[in-house]
Amino acid sequence: MKSLNSLNLIWNNFKDPQRVKFLVKLIKKEIESLGKSLNLMEFCGGHTHVILKYGIDELLKDYVNFVHGPGCPVCVIALERVDLALELAKKPEILLCSYGDLMRVPGSKGHTLVSLRAEGYSIKAVSSSLETLKVAKEFPEKKIIFFAIGFETTAPHTAVLIKEAYKNKIDNLFVISNHILAVKVLDFLLKSEKKPFVEAIIGPGHVSTITGSKIYESIVKEHNIPIVISGFEPLDLLQAIYLIVKQKRENRCEVEVQYTRSVTKEGNPKAQALLEEVFIIRDRFPWRGFGDIPFSAYGINSKYEILDAEKRFPLDISKLEENPHCLCAKVIKGIKKPTDCKLFKKICTPQNPLGPCMVSSEGACLAYFKYKVGNLYV
Amino acid sequence: MKVEKILLSHGGGGEETLALIKNFFLKYFDNPILGNLEDSAIILNSFSKLAFTIDGFTVKPIFFKGGNIGKIAVTGTINDLVVMGAKPLYLTVGFIIEEGFKIGDLEVILQTMKEEAIKNGVTIVAGDTKIVPKGEVDGIFITTAGIGEILYEGISCKNLVSEDLIILSGSIGEHGACILAEREGIGVEIDLESDCNSLFSLVEPLFESRLEIHAMRDPTRGGLSATLHEWAYASSVVILVEEEKIPVKPQVRAFCEAFGFEPYHLACEGRVVIALPEKEASKALALIRKHPLGREAQIIGKVIKKSSFPQVLLKTLYGTHRILENTSGELFPRIC
Ligand code: SF4
Repeated sequence: MKSLNSLNLIWNNFKDPQRVKFLVKLIKKEIESLGKSLNLMEFCGGHTHVILKYGIDELLKDYVNFVHGPGCPVCVIALERVDLALELAKKPEILLCSYGDLMRVPGSKGHTLVSLRAEGYSIKAVSSSLETLKVAKEFPEKKIIFFAIGFETTAPHTAVLIKEAYKNKIDNLFVISNHILAVKVLDFLLKSEKKPFVEAIIGPGHVSTITGSKIYESIVKEHNIPIVISGFEPLDLLQAIYLIVKQKRENRCEVEVQYTRSVTKEGNPKAQALLEEVFIIRDRFPWRGFGDIPFSAYGINSKYEILDAEKRFPLDISKLEENPHCLCAKVIKGIKKPTDCKLFKKICTPQNPLGPCMVSSEGACLAYFKYKVGNLYV
Repeated sequence: MKVEKILLSHGGGGEETLALIKNFFLKYFDNPILGNLEDSAIILNSFSKLAFTIDGFTVKPIFFKGGNIGKIAVTGTINDLVVMGAKPLYLTVGFIIEEGFKIGDLEVILQTMKEEAIKNGVTIVAGDTKIVPKGEVDGIFITTAGIGEILYEGISCKNLVSEDLIILSGSIGEHGACILAEREGIGVEIDLESDCNSLFSLVEPLFESRLEIHAMRDPTRGGLSATLHEWAYASSVVILVEEEKIPVKPQVRAFCEAFGFEPYHLACEGRVVIALPEKEASKALALIRKHPLGREAQIIGKVIKKSSFPQVLLKTLYGTHRILENTSGELFPRIC
């Protein structure tokens, strides 16, 4: 049993209203001497939620404009990959496992894994990759597919699963890797023609714990844009914003780490070695909102081929049109805000989500739905 | 032979059943009405308006810090009557017990129920027991129905109007945190007791004072947030509450930090939320604070306007405003 006493410390260090007010004042003063407001992209959907939950956007109104980034792994899953999961789940011999957030993302025909499950197909939500080992044991007559999603944060967990299953010769467990690379999408976004106006980036905290801060150095140089990697508490974010503003004031452009309690320059070498051993980088991979991005995702290394469900159960999934009214593709890129979507809150709600941005716990539409007080409503 | 465990035969309707009733249930609950052991209780018609309610209790763990399933089965139903302006009078109790349940544990539960009933002046007038084979229920489930006499008429969740103030009787989330802390997958030591308590003596002075009361609720499942949402929807109003004013014990806050909960969504079993006109608020607050259960009572917010977009808003500690999310989705099973 853990003790909760130390947790009060978290509150004092990372949420204390006095410190928040102090930092907000400081940031505003610095921005005033800059002479103009700042457009910041928080890459990570987790950050978007903290910003809206605590009203950091409101605290810094007229000083900082937050552009919400593509760092929500469920949101950027391409429609054809969702369809792939749905089609696999329909095969009688298969039991499909995935993380809970994916379960309610609609495919091209409006089905979700949850709705298929209700029709009687074998589908299970798991909260960790290794849980699927248990499932494989429990259902020896089924072929278990772990439909793995996530950035570099969750990829090592999938790698551990693949190694375990391989070592123990578990012959009814397979994996589909949809693991994607954060820097690649960031680089692609900054290079693309239709991109939002962004002057600095709040970098992802959890991804960087694995990759280290060094992977952003080329981006900072190439695009001449500061990146500060931040933790997930209100004071973390405000400190990160302060560091960004200081870079701007001093005309610097660097990778900096605010989240030093978790992130180092080199990252986690063990996890990196694991990723290198188990995965290869795919030539291209489809992303929602972006289309194919070269070298942007992990596939399974040929050594572990017998576990690769994409090879074992090849399916031809045709590319279908996204729901034309759902703005997710643009929300993900930061070009549109959830409130720009005509369906937002009227037809599209967490109970009846039309796009992944309303489903995922890191989705921008869900954050606005949960926290944002619209003018219309007050 | 001393019986230590509940057997299936205890539910057979014959000798053993009678023995169970006489030796255990009557031992704790005996009174002239129940003691008749008739098929139903005959109670006096008081010629006044009655409140009548029923609730099932399946809480897991059966014994928790600050109470057990028996306590909550009595206080829960009492509180449902109380928040409708009633003085609780009679309860009926139904037990569903798993074969093999320890008699000793049953007696602890019965003792607690007895004490809680006496404390609140209610009589348990009828009961029922079913024993089911092992595995078909998890230990013991209890259902209680209750009748109360209306002392204060007109309390309803549809009554909130602009400018009403919201009073909360004490700190929130202790029952929910206590129960969740013992859950599989969480399992933390938490220095905290459930707030499980009956509310009649706390609000009786309010009924007697004849102050104007619009709505009253005990924020159980879904917590404070669910109660405020029910009010907002039923009365078509926007409610604004202030984080700074809502009492939350540090242990509950730490628990929420650690596991990603919000205290507003955690159940209370001994708190009450009251909506009333501004002019009555300070008198009501003073009355509540006189009672040991109401010492920490606070005015936590107000109804800001009538609206066809009912909402509950939270002013955060940073002075910003956000929607106070209603509890949805991951409903915590079996907290009461
Ligand atoms: S509100 Fe719904 S439909 Fe609109 S962009 Fe968001 S997820 Fe898509």
